[in-house]
Parts: sequence; C-alpha cells; structure tokens
Amino acid sequence: MQKILNKRIILTILVLGLLYGSIQNLIVQGKLNPYYEINLLLIGINIMMAVSLNLINGFTGQFSIGHAGFMAVGAYTSAVLTVKLQQPFPLAILAGSLAAALIGFLIGLPTLRLKGDYLAIATLGFGEIIKVVFVNIEYVGGASGLSGIPHITTWNWVFFLTAFTVVFIKNFINSTHGRACISIREDEIAAETMGINTTKYKVMAFTIGAFFAGAAGALYAHYFYIIQPNTFNFLKSIDYLVMVVLGGMGSITGSVLAATALTIISALLQRFAEIRMVIYALLLIVIMLFRPQGLMGNKEFSLSILERLGRGEKHGSVSSK
Amino acid sequence: MALLAVNNLTKVFGGLSAVSDFNIELHPGELVGLIGPNGAGKTTVFNLLTGVYEPTEGTIQFNHENIVGLKPYEITQRGMARTFQNIRLFSNLSVLDNVRIAYHTHVKYGLTSAVMRLGNYYKEEEEMTRKAIEFLHIFNLDRKKDEIAKNLPYGEQRRLEIARALAAKPRLLLLDEPAAGMNPQETHELMNLIKWIRDEFKLTILLIEHDMSLVMGACERIYVLEYGMIIAHGTPEEIKSNPRVIEAYLGEEVAHA
Amino acid sequence: MEDLLIFLQQLINGISLGSIYALIALGYTMVYGIIKLINFAHGDIYMVGAYVGFFAITKLNMSFIPALLTSMVLCSILGIIIERMAYKPLRNATRIAALITAIGVSLLLEYGGMLIVTPQPRAFPEVFPQTKISFFEGKVYMTNQQLVIFAVTLILMVLLQFIVYKTKTGKAMRAVSFDKDAALLMGININNTISATFAIGSALAAAAGVLVGIYYTSISPLMGIIPGLKAFVAAVLGGIGIIPGAVVGGFLMGIIEALVSGYGASTWRDAVAFGILILILIIKPSGIFGANIREKV
Repeated sequence: MQKILNKRIILTILVLGLLYGSIQNLIVQGKLNPYYEINLLLIGINIMMAVSLNLINGFTGQFSIGHAGFMAVGAYTSAVLTVKLQQPFPLAILAGSLAAALIGFLIGLPTLRLKGDYLAIATLGFGEIIKVVFVNIEYVGGASGLSGIPHITTWNWVFFLTAFTVVFIKNFINSTHGRACISIREDEIAAETMGINTTKYKVMAFTIGAFFAGAAGALYAHYFYIIQPNTFNFLKSIDYLVMVVLGGMGSITGSVLAATALTIISALLQRFAEIRMVIYALLLIVIMLFRPQGLMGNKEFSLSILERLGRGEKHGSVSSK
Repeated sequence: MALLAVNNLTKVFGGLSAVSDFNIELHPGELVGLIGPNGAGKTTVFNLLTGVYEPTEGTIQFNHENIVGLKPYEITQRGMARTFQNIRLFSNLSVLDNVRIAYHTHVKYGLTSAVMRLGNYYKEEEEMTRKAIEFLHIFNLDRKKDEIAKNLPYGEQRRLEIARALAAKPRLLLLDEPAAGMNPQETHELMNLIKWIRDEFKLTILLIEHDMSLVMGACERIYVLEYGMIIAHGTPEEIKSNPRVIEAYLGEEVAHA
Repeated sequence: MEDLLIFLQQLINGISLGSIYALIALGYTMVYGIIKLINFAHGDIYMVGAYVGFFAITKLNMSFIPALLTSMVLCSILGIIIERMAYKPLRNATRIAALITAIGVSLLLEYGGMLIVTPQPRAFPEVFPQTKISFFEGKVYMTNQQLVIFAVTLILMVLLQFIVYKTKTGKAMRAVSFDKDAALLMGININNTISATFAIGSALAAAAGVLVGIYYTSISPLMGIIPGLKAFVAAVLGGIGIIPGAVVGGFLMGIIEALVSGYGASTWRDAVAFGILILILIIKPSGIFGANIREKV
C-alpha cells in the first residue's frame, strides 16, 4: 500500500512539474503575451475559489452562495498590509487567508445550524453584508475601492498556491476528517449518531474553504492594482457556484476542469458580458434538468482511473484511495 | 451494576406525551427487547436515549454518567450506537466508507497529519480499513466493500447498518426493527447473528422489533410499551401470558409466537 | 416635535416602500408554501412587470389601469411558463437543485432581458403629475403617487384574500400547501393549482413593478435583484408560507429601511436588511407568525 501511494505521489509531482515547466518555459522565452498571462492567472485563482467552495458545497453539503465575500476579506486584508503597512507579500497573503478564515469561522458558527435553502440565503446575506461593510470603510477607499495595490502576483505565486490548495483539500477529503464532512452531506443525523461532531466539521469545512478563498482574493488584489467592494458581489459568488455545479458537487477534478473551461469561455466572451451571463444561466438550468450531478458527479479523474481501466477493474469509491 | 438506568423518562411534543414515566434498566451483556403496537413511542425512546431528542423530564444514567443534554455524537463517543427504523446509510458512499466513518471517533491523527500525509496517517488509515473489512466480513459483506451503499439489496443494507454501528465500538447497541422487511429465513439468520455479536463483542443490546418470533427467540427480557408507558416487563414466557399484553396486541401475535 | 415629524415622514415613505415589498413577498411566500422553493427569479418577474408597464404606457399609449392589468396578465403567463419548463421537472429533486435552477432562471431573465431592452436604465413616464398632500404646515407630506401605491396594494390584498379564502382555486392552493399527497387523493389537480399560485404571485410582482416605476421613475434590467431579496427577507420575517406574514413583513421591512435611510445611514440599508434576515433565521427561522417544526427521525 505504502509503495503504491508513493508511486502516486511521484506521478503527481511529475505531472505538476511538467505543467509548470512548460508554461514557465513559454514565459521565459517571452512567448506568452499579457492577454494569455492574465487568463492563465485567472484560471489558477478561479480553481482555488471553485475547489474551496466545493469543499463546503459539494463535499460537506452545506450550500453556500456567498463565497466572494471571503475573497473580498482576503483581498482587502492583504492589500491593506502591502499598501498601507508596507508589509511583505507572503505575510499579506497569509494574513488575508487567516482573516477570511476567521470571518468564515465567525459566520459559520451560527449559520451552519440552518439547512439547505435557508443556509444558502443566509450566506448570500453575509456576502452582501461584507460588501456593504467595505463600502462604508473610508480607510480602504469606500465604494470607489482601494487602488495603487502593487502588482506582485506572478505566475509562480499562482501556480504554487493553486497546487497547494488542490493538494490540501484533496488530502483533507481523503482522510477521516474529510469523510466526516462527507457523511454530513449524506445524512446529518446518521453522522451525528455515528459519533461525528457535525457542527465542528461543518464549521471546519467552512473555515478551510474561506481560508483558500482569502488566499485567492490576495492573489487577485495584487494582480489587478485596484479592488472595489462591487468586484466581490453576489454575481461573483454565482460565477464560482456555476463552476462547482458544472464540474460536479463533490469532485475536485471536476471543479478544476470547470474552472479552467469557464475562465476560457469568459475570456472569449469578454466583450459580450450579457451573452456570457446568459450562457451561465442556461448552464445552471440545463445541468439541473439533465445532469444534476454535474460533469464528473462525485467521481475524480485521475491517472489511476486509466490504470484501473487498463486492468479491467471496476470503478472504486470516492475516498477508498 | 446497571449499564443503563432510565428513570421517569418523559417526552412531551406540543402537549402530547409520546413517552411518559418510562423506566428501564439494562445490565451488561443482556439482550433486551422493547415491543409495543405502532405509535407506542418505541422509536421516541431510542431518540431520547441517543440524544436526538431532549427529554422533557427524567434521567438517563449510562455507565454511571448522566447523559441527558449531551449531543448524539457525545453519547456515541461514550459507547452507545444505534441503527434506524428507516435505514439511514451514507447512501452515495461505498460500503467500506460507511464503516470507516463509524470508526472515526477512534482515529487519533489530526488535521496536519491528514493534509501533510505524515506517517501516522498511513498507519491509522490502514488499520482502520483492516478493521472495517473485518466487520464487513462478520456480516458477509466484505466482498461488496466497494459497492455504493444504496445499490445493495434491502437485507444487506440492514446488515450494513448494524456493521456500521458496531464499528463505533459501542458497549450498548440499540437496534430499531432490524428484521423489518426480511423473510422468515433471513430473520432467523439475523437472530442468530445478533446473539453471536452480543457474545463476541461483549455487548448489551436493546432492540425494537415487531417480529415476535425474533423477540421471543432472542431476548432474555422484554419491556412492553403502549401509549408511551410500560405496561408489562418480564421474560418472554411471562410476557406471552400477560393479559394486558395480549389485550394490547388483540391476542394474536404474542400467543402464536 | 421636529423629531416626531421626521419620524412621521419616514413612516409614510416606509409604508409606500413596504407596499412594494409586501406585494413581492406575497409571491415568494405563496410559492414557498406550495412547493418549498425559494423562487429566486421572482424579483426578476417584478422587473419584467415594470418593463411591460413601461412599454404599454410609452408605445401603446395606455393609461395607468390598462397598463397595470396588461403587465399583470403577461407576467402571470410568464410565471406559469417558467414553472412548467424549469421547476416542474425538478419537483422531486432536492431543494438545492431547485434553488440552483431558480438562480439560473433569475440570471436568464436579467441578462436575457439586457439583450432585449439594453442595460441602460429608462425613465418611467410620469403617469400622475406629482402633487403633494401636506400636513403640519408642509413639514410632513405624502405624494399622490404614494397614495396610489398604497391604494392599489390594499385593493390587491383584499382581492388575494378573497381568492385564497372564498374561491375553489384558493381552497385547492391551501390544501396543496398543507399536504400535497392528500390533496391529490382528494382529486385536486396539483399541476393546475401550482400554476395558479405562480400566476397570482407573478401578477402581484408585476403590479409592484409598475408601481415602482411610477414611484422611482427609473427602471433597469437588474432592478429586481435587491428588492427581490428584501421581499424574500420580508417573507421570512413574517413566516414563510404565511400570507398575512408576508404583508406584515413587507411593511416592516419598508419602514425599517426608510428609517435607516432617513436617519442618515443609507449606505448601510442593505446590510440592515440582510442582518435582519440572518437574525431571524438564527433566532426564529419560522418567522413572526410561524410555528417551529422539527425533522422526523
């Protein structure tokens, strides 16, 4: 067992290294124009957002539609640190993530007692409240936003933090803690009577999700020079919701694929914002009507699936790996 | 000394007493039945014992500790596990994962080990998986460990639920109609299995059942509940000849069992 | 004395605004009561209602009442179509699946609407030249528009009360929302009843849309989002699924919002609305008039 797992880790590192190397090579040779670079970075940031939201919505089954609020907390906190307090970028990212996690924890504690659609509306409400709070803080520029943020986010930062996010959440899910979260999604009462502190794990999933949304927000702020409260509105949350729903609630690879695909589609439709949103709207409706489990369902796409298919074995469970 | 001692347990739902003045005592190693007509309040008793509902009145001493007011997971962690009348499996997860989740309270590795994949993560995961497969083996489900729980036939889902409850390593096991929907052959096998796990795992078992052959054949003592109150208590033989019980059951099932 | 007059003025403004919220909240609460769906697109029906009213008045030269009725009729048809196409197939799906679909429908109306009518806000024609009715030497006043809003709302509510309690359709609606299966066994046509609920709810939202056009004189494709959410808060506040609750909740929300704005904290007013929502959900999710229900184990 130990041996197979090590092989798997080596394989993962190899694939990630190849991906990193080839893109890094393009950048070094100057073959990647700024347009492609922006979208490459956005793909990474969106993957972080989608995967972290999937931990809350897909795996733990706690339907949140205010994820952009945590992104805002990360973005503003980190930007205050670099712009106003002249702190180094790594510290700013960490502080942004921790601040988002703290807010996530504080919001999650009372809210996660609610179920289903009520929870959804409450998270939406909190997302909007966070936005309004930033509008009312003159220190961070009020409604017109905080500008003059140094342009520090690079491809390297995005790549490694995205990889870290995905690996962290994947490892979490495939542990007893992650399974505790999944059991809540499956049947909260059964989970509780099986000895799982459901409140603790719901809040934990919410906090971890908020943490990575905060990190994504920090990267976002330090790429686009300026952040405004309205950047992180309800529609932004919906963007990430669409990614999670399309990819499959409960599939990390699904979220990665959906985030990548939808970022590219958005880039192509940049000048037709309404059409983009109409496509998003139709995606939500059509997926729910015809394939509510999303593209991947709760399955993961990995190299070992190919391996197993080769050996003619049946598909295993989500977390028996 | 009693493992479970319940005194004057009462639960009122909006002015209606579902359970009133309920007293019960279970000693280690006993296999006790709780019977009664539909709507007598049997499942409510289970929900009170496991902390799903909070009692209106009364005390529940489990292992010398008052567990009233504790959350269900805290009660499970103190050694009480249960199954549900209307099967509550983690239906989209594999059979193996259903059991591994119940093992959760006995896992010691923390979040850091999980995320960083430190040594004790692998060690404990391996041990947990091995134990889970052992439990599945007892219930003849080990070959189906990778199947999705909801795809199992009904009888196997019932067995999986018991296996899952056992994996929580309880001292007291509450079974809510374990034979519901089973044919006489399956019921008979289940009866033997329940007796066997009681001996093998040194458990105390309280079971709700409608199938009189199972209750009379397996239980050493029986409590009879009607309208939320205990109307009789004794050995199967005593219960069979108790006029109040016969009346409650219209004299049919009990006499013929 | 001055304070009291300011308060009175905000109360009048709040009741006008609250009428709008109450009308929208009624649709939310009726739909939730009958199929347990937060019909996210409901706020956008209100937007469509405003646009229909706008075109009826400007292009077809209709006067107020015909425009209002046209808008109500067209929106009830729209409501029925949405329910049949998007929500009906999901009636047995999870509530989250239905909610996601509703979000999709909402976005579709907003951005599909933008493609049709352009994102530009439009000036709603002045149907009633504004006149003021003054009290206390002009320190407190009420516009005739506010009066119209209040009157129309009142008439519609009486009408709704009549439909729900005095007609066969109303009886069917109450039966279905109480117990769908039992209603079916009693020979009630569930599909038609649900359609009727959507039709009535949408008509009320459309009326609110036209009234808001008159009151604020500006409409845009995204105008339904925030009022829609606030009306939802109103429905939850009053106890979702309870018709009088939605009315009380709507007026309360309107008054609270007017007071918050009136006392100089207008940038906080959305946060206050959502704060109320969260407090209600956490303290008493069943709302002011609701009873607590627990899950059966």
